[in-house]
Amino acid sequence: MSTSNLHIYVMAVPLLTAFFVNLLGRTSKVWIAPLVVGSLAFSSVASLVLMGRVMTSGGFSYTVGNWVPPYGIELVVDHLSALMLVLISVVALFASVSALKSVEQELPGREHLFFTLYLILIAGLMGLVLTADAFNLYVLLEITSITTYGLIAMGKGRAPLASFNYIIMGSIGACFYLLGVGYLYLMTGTLNMAEISQTLPVIGGGAAVATALAFILVGLWIKMAFFPLHGWLPNAYSLAPTGAALIVAPLMTKVSIYLMVRVMFSVFSIDYLFLQNPLVDAVIVWGAAIAIVCASALALAQKDLKRMLTYIIVAEVGYMVGGAWLANSTGMTGALLHIVNDALMTLCLFLAAAAILYRVGSLDFDKLQGIYRKMPITMAAFTIGAFSMIGVPPTAGFFSKWYLILGGIEGGHWEFVVALLFSSLINAVLFFRIIEIGYFHKDGEHHGHETITEAPLQMQAPLLICAVALIVIGLGSGPLVEKIITLAIPVGL
Amino acid sequence: MSYHTSLWPLAAVLISLVGAIPILLSDRRPNLRESWTMLIAFGKVAIVTTMLPTVLAGGGFEFVIAEVVPGVPLALRVDAMGMFFALVASILWFFTSLYSIGYMRALKEHAQTRYFASFAVAISATLGVAFSANLLTMYLFYEMLSLSTYPLVTHEQNAEARRSGRKYLTYILGTSIGLALPAMLIVYSLTGTLDFKVGGVLAQSGASAETLALILVLFLFGFAKSGIMPFHGWLPAAMVAPTPVSSFLHGVAVVKVGVFSILRVIFHIFGPDLLLDVNLGTVITTIASITILVASLVALTQDNLKRRLAYSTIGQLSYMVLGAGMLTAAGMTGGLLHIAMHAFGKITLFFCAGAIYVAAGKKYISQMDGLGRRMPVTYLAFFFGSLSIIGMPPLGGFISKWNLAIGAIESGHMVLLVVLLVSSMLNALYFFPIVYRGFFMPAAEGELEGVKEAPTFCLVPLSITAICSLLLFFWPTVFYRLAQMAIGL
Repeated sequence: MSTSNLHIYVMAVPLLTAFFVNLLGRTSKVWIAPLVVGSLAFSSVASLVLMGRVMTSGGFSYTVGNWVPPYGIELVVDHLSALMLVLISVVALFASVSALKSVEQELPGREHLFFTLYLILIAGLMGLVLTADAFNLYVLLEITSITTYGLIAMGKGRAPLASFNYIIMGSIGACFYLLGVGYLYLMTGTLNMAEISQTLPVIGGGAAVATALAFILVGLWIKMAFFPLHGWLPNAYSLAPTGAALIVAPLMTKVSIYLMVRVMFSVFSIDYLFLQNPLVDAVIVWGAAIAIVCASALALAQKDLKRMLTYIIVAEVGYMVGGAWLANSTGMTGALLHIVNDALMTLCLFLAAAAILYRVGSLDFDKLQGIYRKMPITMAAFTIGAFSMIGVPPTAGFFSKWYLILGGIEGGHWEFVVALLFSSLINAVLFFRIIEIGYFHKDGEHHGHETITEAPLQMQAPLLICAVALIVIGLGSGPLVEKIITLAIPVGL
Repeated sequence: MSYHTSLWPLAAVLISLVGAIPILLSDRRPNLRESWTMLIAFGKVAIVTTMLPTVLAGGGFEFVIAEVVPGVPLALRVDAMGMFFALVASILWFFTSLYSIGYMRALKEHAQTRYFASFAVAISATLGVAFSANLLTMYLFYEMLSLSTYPLVTHEQNAEARRSGRKYLTYILGTSIGLALPAMLIVYSLTGTLDFKVGGVLAQSGASAETLALILVLFLFGFAKSGIMPFHGWLPAAMVAPTPVSSFLHGVAVVKVGVFSILRVIFHIFGPDLLLDVNLGTVITTIASITILVASLVALTQDNLKRRLAYSTIGQLSYMVLGAGMLTAAGMTGGLLHIAMHAFGKITLFFCAGAIYVAAGKKYISQMDGLGRRMPVTYLAFFFGSLSIIGMPPLGGFISKWNLAIGAIESGHMVLLVVLLVSSMLNALYFFPIVYRGFFMPAAEGELEGVKEAPTFCLVPLSITAICSLLLFFWPTVFYRLAQMAIGL
């Protein structure tokens, strides 16, 4: 196996494994775990090697089947996409180890179907971060969306309805994106991102290009659940099977943020976005500030751990959208760092939620009383994830928030600074409410859940690694920013 | 001053953090668990005192943990000011550990393993604050202290503990995230550094007086552990915790971490000269004076002994801030010195309150008539402690209050001198009746039958800290020298 095509294998192995999972999983479910974990472990290692290579010798572009652009499919491996590949594959690996247990409990007999979609989804996400073609991006976006619809619809109760809502909203989003790309194609005659970005300055701004940008942004905002376009997300993510939420919650919104950044800088330019249209970024940052405040407030109203987490995800989307549009490199650093950090802390919290759900059977706040005593290790990891969400140093969440707030101060966007601080405080309230419920117990309640014990090792191990990773990445955020993220930010910002 | 890289500061901070692990693992063997606690406490004092001669000679130690943000590493540094606080905290932790063992066992408290482990993490955070080389590192340990003390405050796990814990976090976490964090970020965006430097870092930033005033106020209220009004409400509420927690954390570590943080910011982020230039000292002294007087008056009205001590603490903490705000050599020295003097005095008083609770089960001053004749050692120690807090010779508190008074005269604001004197009088008014009732009022019939002194584990530490308060009057040299070095004399 030649290592120069490593990025193709990173993506292809889960995709091909998906079919084997379906075929062999039908005969016996013993095949599923080794296939899923094996393929994702391969992708994780390979993407780490790829990351190493990009760090030493820089990024490169790759034409699939040697078809040159604009006819062929071009893939770009640079610092940012390599980082995203590592993130996706590692998160998927940890999530799948735990998901195997939850799926076994929640969807007995349908494991092979679940993991087929699961692996295709991961391959789709990897394709999204690699592609350098605006139309391929659309195709891959639909691949990930359709697999997600399927995964969510496998849930119990009203999950199919939630999935249907998501289909409607997701399709509208996809339409917007496709229309935007259509405009760009009309104006420039190409779908290759690099070529579009070379042609755009030549043809100048104009209403058509501005419309294209607006459509593309709205399309992506629907996909990432940017408030107030978030309506589909809380139901879809909280009613989905636990195993599906484990992968969808940490990754989907974050990859959409990545796509927005990609479109901003690989298709359009700093010049176009921030200089020619100075008011637009101010409006978007205000929108992000409002999104953060509103979504945080909505999170306060929830009575179920998983639903609360889904609203926090919506608030965090506001963090990153705002950071990316602050029009300074500090804010952008914060947004990109937060993609990594938020993915990991969301994963950590969802892994903990999955472990609790596996043992307790419910995530209602009422059911969590005294949980610290019953599941001390799970709750220790949960607490670290919660601290990261609040932004307590040295957990990772503190450092991305640091850059985001600093970017807000530098850019004079005090509304964004205030929104971030407000959201941190709300997160503190949200999580300490749960910590308090879990730490105390009802007076005189010493019977009832006595059967509840610590989650199985298979669910604890990824959770603990993830919690430790939050601290390690926090302490290592200096090198992470300096050696990778700074290099991913376009020159001149 | 030259600092050389060394593992000592890291060891001083980490020994108790790592030590929490064997404490947790010896859950089922209390004697082994308490041996670990004592071993760590002793190790901590040993490490800190090992570094003392170098610091007194004008040297220091440094250790960089990680480069986290450009220009701001997570780094530890042992300088005179840090050494001053670390010395107080580590010595008093040793005595508190002894006392804790006596107190917790005598009352057969539940969840003692969690208690001792959280305590170990809290003292690590305290030393971390003392030895922080920059504001970011200090913020990290400050938050670590807030979070690690939550299980201690809510130890009883009843409805009242839950309420107090909620109040505690709301005040402490709310102000640090809502006020101190943005203040720190504004400083960073103005100067590009958060390093503690003698003379401050903000002087060169060219920030306007309004901006500086904003930052100052954000910091003063942001470090709400210092109990500055109106963000003091958590401290009386936190008295629901077991008494060793109140005595060490809410007499020494937590509250003084708040004051220490404010003093660090005043001395080494702003720099006294800058504050004099823009005339911001009065902002500090005004806020502190109000807290001193109001807290002393409220203390008079409290019948619950621990609550009275809590309000007394709120008032005394603002003495330290007041001293720093005078921006004169004697004032700043006095402010710092009061950290040590008040610590030894107040911990004695809390230890006594705990001993009274363990021995007689009393919490309210009005029920303590005649108790002094049953518990003479405890009450004598209490008397010494209160003299020190009031600032009477021959006890340590006199030294710091003397310096504060001179500072007030030097600063030319006679009103500050009046504040100090009035407050000292109020201190006497709320402490002496307790001692008087104990020795001279007759106990109710049969009320104190069979009450005798608290267990030795409680009695020895409180006697030692009382004697220390006395000795600090005659030999304050080490603390005096460190305080002077800290302000650059």
